[in-house]
Amino acid sequence: MEVAVFIVSAVVVLSGALGVLLARNPVHAALFLVQTLFGVAVLFVLLDATFLAAVQVMVYAGAIVILFLFVIMLLGVDRADDLGIEPIAGQRPLAAVVGMSLAGLLATVLLVAVDGLTGAPAGTPIGDAGDNTRRLGEALFTDMVFAVELTAILLTVAVVGAVALARRLSGPMQPLPVVAIAEVDDDPDEATGDDS
Amino acid sequence: MVVTTGWYLALGAALFSMGSVGLLVRRNPLVMFMCVELMLNAVNLTFVSLGAELGDLGGQLSVFFVLVVAAAEVVVGLAVIVAIMRRRSGATVDDLSVLGG
Repeated sequence: MEVAVFIVSAVVVLSGALGVLLARNPVHAALFLVQTLFGVAVLFVLLDATFLAAVQVMVYAGAIVILFLFVIMLLGVDRADDLGIEPIAGQRPLAAVVGMSLAGLLATVLLVAVDGLTGAPAGTPIGDAGDNTRRLGEALFTDMVFAVELTAILLTVAVVGAVALARRLSGPMQPLPVVAIAEVDDDPDEATGDDS
Repeated sequence: MVVTTGWYLALGAALFSMGSVGLLVRRNPLVMFMCVELMLNAVNLTFVSLGAELGDLGGQLSVFFVLVVAAAEVVVGLAVIVAIMRRRSGATVDDLSVLGG
C-alpha cells in the first residue's frame, strides 16, 4: 500500500516537473507546478509530516502559485514561450549535459551512502502523525522563537519591498538610472522603428 | 517491499535535477522562478525524509523556514519582474542585461 502510494505520488511529481519544463504557456507551467506540489504534499503525509503537508497545499499551491497566476494575468498570457528558437548556440545540449551530470552525481552519492546513513538526532524527537503539529509548534515557539521572529522581520521587509517595487511612480522622478532608461524602451511598438 | 529513505532521496535528486535543467533552458523569468520552486521542493522532500529517518523534528523545522523564505523570495522576485515588464513587455532574461554596467 505504502509502495503504491509512493509510486503514484512520484509519477505525479515527476510528470508535473516535466510539464513545468516543457509547457509553452506560462499558465500551463503554473498548473503543472500545482500538480508537483500536491504530489510532494502526499509524500509529506506518507512521511508523517501532516502539518507540513497542509502548509504545502495552503502556502505553495494556495498562495505562491496564485501569485504566479496573478502576475501572468497582469503581464498578459498571449506571450507563449517559443521553445524552438535558441538564442545562445548550444545552450540546450549543454544544459542537458549539466543536468544529467548533476543527476548522476546525486545518484552516485545516494548509491554510495545508501546503507551508511549516519548522524544523530539533534534533540527534538519526532512524534507520530497525530502529534506532529503540537510538537512542531512547541519546538518553534520555545527553541526556535528567535528564528521565528527573524522570519517575521523577513516577511515584513519582503512586503514593504514588493510594494515599493510595484508602486507606479507619478511625477518627474524616475526610479531607474539613466543607462537603464536609455536602453529600455517604454513602448515596444515605437521601438521597432528606431531600434538599431 | 518497503519504501526506504533512499527512495525519497532518489526522487528528490531527480526533482532537483529537473528543476536545474529547467532553470538553464527556459528564458521566461516566471517559468524560471517556477523551476526554482521545484528545486526548493526537492530539498524540502530530502529534509523531511532524512528527518523521518533519524527520528528528528529538525528536518521538518527546516522545511518550515524554507517555506517562509521561499514565500518572501517569490514576493520580491515577482515584484521585480512586474517592474521590469512594465517598462518592456515581453522581455526574456536575455534582454535584462542593463544591470551589467
